[in-house]
Amino acid sequence: MNKRFTRILATSVAAVALVGSLGACGKGSASAPSAGSNEITMWTHNAGNAEELKAVENIVDSYNKSAGAKAKIKVQAFPQDSYNDSVVSAAAAGKLPCIVDIDGPNVPNWAWAKYLTPLKLDADVSKNLPSTVAKWEGETYAVGTYDVALAMLARASDLKAAGVRVATVEKPWTKDEFQDALTKLKALGKWEYPLDMGTAGTGEWLPYAYSPFLQSFGGDLINRDGFQSADGVLNGDKAVEWAQWFRGLADQGFMAKKSGKDSTQDFLNNKSGLLYTGSWAADKARAAVGKDLVVMPSVDLGNGPKIGGASWQWGVTSGCTNSAAAMDYLSYSLKPENLAAVAKATGTIPATDEAAALIPAFAKGGTNRIFMELSRNYAVMRPETPAYPFIATEYGKAVQDILAGADPKTALDKSVKAIDANIKSNGGYKN
Amino acid sequence: MKQTLISKGLGNAATTAVRLLFAAVAAFPIVFMMVSSLKPDQQIFGDMSSVAAFLPVGNISLDNYAAVFDRVPAARFLMNSIGISAVTVVLGIFINSLCAFALSRMEVRGKRVVFTAILATLIVPFQTLALPLVWWVNQLPYFELNGFSLEISKGWLDTYQVQIIPFIANAFSIYLFHQYFESIPKELDEAARIDGAGWFTIYRKVVMPLAGPATATVAILTFLPAWNSYLWPLMVVQSEELRPVMIGIQYFFQLNVSWGEVMAYASLITIPVVVLFIAFQRSFINSIASSGVKG
Repeated sequence: MNKRFTRILATSVAAVALVGSLGACGKGSASAPSAGSNEITMWTHNAGNAEELKAVENIVDSYNKSAGAKAKIKVQAFPQDSYNDSVVSAAAAGKLPCIVDIDGPNVPNWAWAKYLTPLKLDADVSKNLPSTVAKWEGETYAVGTYDVALAMLARASDLKAAGVRVATVEKPWTKDEFQDALTKLKALGKWEYPLDMGTAGTGEWLPYAYSPFLQSFGGDLINRDGFQSADGVLNGDKAVEWAQWFRGLADQGFMAKKSGKDSTQDFLNNKSGLLYTGSWAADKARAAVGKDLVVMPSVDLGNGPKIGGASWQWGVTSGCTNSAAAMDYLSYSLKPENLAAVAKATGTIPATDEAAALIPAFAKGGTNRIFMELSRNYAVMRPETPAYPFIATEYGKAVQDILAGADPKTALDKSVKAIDANIKSNGGYKN
Repeated sequence: MKQTLISKGLGNAATTAVRLLFAAVAAFPIVFMMVSSLKPDQQIFGDMSSVAAFLPVGNISLDNYAAVFDRVPAARFLMNSIGISAVTVVLGIFINSLCAFALSRMEVRGKRVVFTAILATLIVPFQTLALPLVWWVNQLPYFELNGFSLEISKGWLDTYQVQIIPFIANAFSIYLFHQYFESIPKELDEAARIDGAGWFTIYRKVVMPLAGPATATVAILTFLPAWNSYLWPLMVVQSEELRPVMIGIQYFFQLNVSWGEVMAYASLITIPVVVLFIAFQRSFINSIASSGVKG
């Protein structure tokens, strides 16, 4: 027994030594630049996305090797789903890096929280897709190298069999046409639910995917005049109409109240006939379905088709001690060839026409050109207010409640009450 | 007599069948995970509505495992988690048993208050402490050997020790050791003291050798949360080379999720726990029975 305990104690001592040695070898690279190192750190959300990370690293490498580089950029990648939590923790500890990746709709919140500083770039961003430039209170806080767009995917053969026309950017489906299309597709008897709207989605997917329908009805997430209240727009007649329509899609058996975990895969496995998804799914779908795949715009529910604008963008933190170098790098990263490299690697929409011309799929006549047109014609920015993350959460809850059977007006009133209270308790989110 | 034997045999068979059914239900998620890790995505979803979802049939390969190592530095993450968990367990046993020993054996004024205060911390969920703790650990001094000079800097963020030291002291472990130590007769201490033993000798040579079951329970209950740790490393670790395995799972949730790879990675990080469970099956069951806590 004594020998056994001696072993335990020895192991404990060894463990203490191991902590010491781990400590000695286990200090990660600091986020802040060390004195005189002329190195700045850049955080990105794409750990695990080898193609996008590689494209970003290539731009950084070429900047670092360029004669005019004002600092050496060092990339630290984080997994996307947990990226925001890492940033918020680092901000609490005062350890933010110089350059950060931000999901577009969160930019005003991060600017309001003083994480970000306004950008002063040499690059001209006036010709970029509007949804790739994030502004708040008249200042530009972030720029993106790409955007994504929502669309409807279907097999042309299914639409033909059902006698449904292919919707186009010039002539999208109206609300009645959409109802008719779903009725005819359901009548084919090929699928339990002909439409997959990704209703199993959570988080940012809910406002990103479904608030454009609300806007197409004439409602909105918040009154954009001052961004002080959601009353009347998120719970007004148009919003209630949207909620009843959305719930009706499930009640009529057109879509599942909770879809499968991977809607794209279900579409490819012929478990649905019409898929509402983002441009990121197009290449995978085209590879599987081939020329039978059709990409169509979202539905016009009264006020024209709408889709969410803004994807991941880049900003400079307010605590950056070498912001001139950070801005210089961002300007460099916005060169057409760099925009094209990232868009090509990720299958996303390049931020400028000049960059699009370098990618056959996005050049005029290319298979993915439609996404660029959808973005230019139909993108609506999610409300550019620091309250957006809270609004998004409340709206997401309302969507799930409505799908689960809650009274639409009651669910929306509840959201409005919570949103208005939050804005008030934050002093109107004034700068 | 013959009829009794037959009915007894039937009863045993029925009991075994029910047990097998429960075992199968419990095993289904793990079997599904392991089997799916060998299939391409399209087949995983295609098999979902049939029993094939639980069978290694169709287009079976190790491609998903190869892809896991392409996407994530899985070996590094595994080694990190093994190191962090092992050190947390060993130091946790040592520190918490020492604390419990003092509270159980030593006559110190106010020890009941101290013990109550320690237990009171159990009702505070970690999530509420996480952000203040980040601030705290960022204020702590950090010592680093650079050649022959000792450098001192501020902040423990992005280190191994920030993933270990905050989780060594644990109120529940102290409570378990304390309750176990209370069941060991104090006469043994007195006998040892007559033989000239001091407090540490009594702890080391009398009490701890008799506290094997409590030590095993604490080891298991410390290991599992250390291995499953997710929120804390997410908040305090920025460098990829220091990340534990659970953070790695997030690497797979991109816009187009590769479920086969998710299942392969999940299988990989489950294997050490399963091996540990098989090796210490009896202690695992005892720990759940004695603590009422499922890992």
